[in-house]
Amino acid sequence: MNMKRDHPTPRALVWALRNLSAVEPPASLLPAVLRLTDLADTFLPLETPVGNVFVAWSSRGITAVMRREDAAAFALDFTTQYQRRVIESDAQTDSALRSALEATIRGERKAPLPFDLHTLTDFEQAVLRKALEIPRGQVRPYGWIAREIGHPRAMRAVGSALKHNPIPLLIPCHRVVLSDGHLGQYAMGGTNIKRTLLTVEGAEPDVLETLAEHNIHFFGSDTTDVFCFPTCRHARRVAPQHRVTFSSVRDAEGRGYRPCKVCRPA
Amino acid sequence: MPEEELLLALAANPGQAFEAMVLCWQQRVYAFALRLTASPQDAEEIAQDTFVRAWRALSQWPPERIRAMRMKAWLYQIALNVFRNRVARRSLSVIPLDSPDGRPVFEPADDRRLRPDIAAESAELGRQVAASLTGLPAHMRVAVVLRYVEGFTYREIAEMLEQPEGTVKAHVHRGTRQLRDALQRERVEVAI
Repeated sequence: MNMKRDHPTPRALVWALRNLSAVEPPASLLPAVLRLTDLADTFLPLETPVGNVFVAWSSRGITAVMRREDAAAFALDFTTQYQRRVIESDAQTDSALRSALEATIRGERKAPLPFDLHTLTDFEQAVLRKALEIPRGQVRPYGWIAREIGHPRAMRAVGSALKHNPIPLLIPCHRVVLSDGHLGQYAMGGTNIKRTLLTVEGAEPDVLETLAEHNIHFFGSDTTDVFCFPTCRHARRVAPQHRVTFSSVRDAEGRGYRPCKVCRPA
Repeated sequence: MPEEELLLALAANPGQAFEAMVLCWQQRVYAFALRLTASPQDAEEIAQDTFVRAWRALSQWPPERIRAMRMKAWLYQIALNVFRNRVARRSLSVIPLDSPDGRPVFEPADDRRLRPDIAAESAELGRQVAASLTGLPAHMRVAVVLRYVEGFTYREIAEMLEQPEGTVKAHVHRGTRQLRDALQRERVEVAI
């Protein structure tokens, strides 16, 4: 049996203790601190019907949605636009949020997501919150939002607020169309992207544009004497032989129809 | 970034300079926490908490207070409080001597300044010292780590721990004594 009994010298012990400080911190420490202090937003990529979309959020809620080729392009644009750091999410930690986002995009989740709109004006927030009320598969004109939020003459301002929607797709500004019935532009990639999203959601944009070309903006039912926006779920239930079309609210009301209480066309 | 420059930047705009502060101090704060807990997971959580608390304070303080602060002692003080709270709550996990993948949780530094007689012992001794540290009572472990791993003076440690300097010296002395005894016992066992 080898009974080795060497006591480490005090000097050796001090050197060993000093050297204990030479460890590298984990790479996850700084991102975690920046997230916990809310000095950086977090983001995750999502695959959607219109390609790669990146969703960023802070402790207040979702802050931005952008359609970009890759994470680097997104991070660069986000930092430039918002003057804040953004850090890619830890996939495991944020799996619940990812599921909620994916379910929302698929239309399977009704519960509202938390949105961080605090940098927007009250008017812009009102516009975006109203856009959230438009059901999947339906569209409303800019004028509808303006009227619903109590600013019936502010259609241009509504258009501007939607154009600068920081959270497209999740706040569905793509469901807002021109008052003449045409689809109009879309900030997250133009009319074709808007058309794709509306098609996926079942809003039948080609049918909407055909109606617009024929100056048809409302459907009525001759059995109920109620008129609706063409995509309203009640309008879709009207059998073709009972469907009546109108070019304007005045046209419908002049023929004795009242506005639908669900889609509120007037 | 030199400390004076960092303090000026923090005083001017805490939100912009805080990341630089974390980058500057994260290694030392994490290493300190690791020496106290011997658990990478606990050490990371303590380091996170430390910086979050630091941010909460810095974001409230007036610039002149930030410019006048002593960053190192302040950060270590916060880390120490976080560690003590966790000990009090008994939320520290069981101390592992190796990480799940089998690698040691600490890697002794390859310090070329070591004298040859000390260098011969350093790697194995470093591993043993780190493991034995965790066997010390918390008050001795804290005192030994602050004195010898982090290089604070007795006076600084006394201020940080709010204890008389003599008490700190006693804790450091007894701590190192116990450490040497523990190391000797381990060597005997290894040899047997």
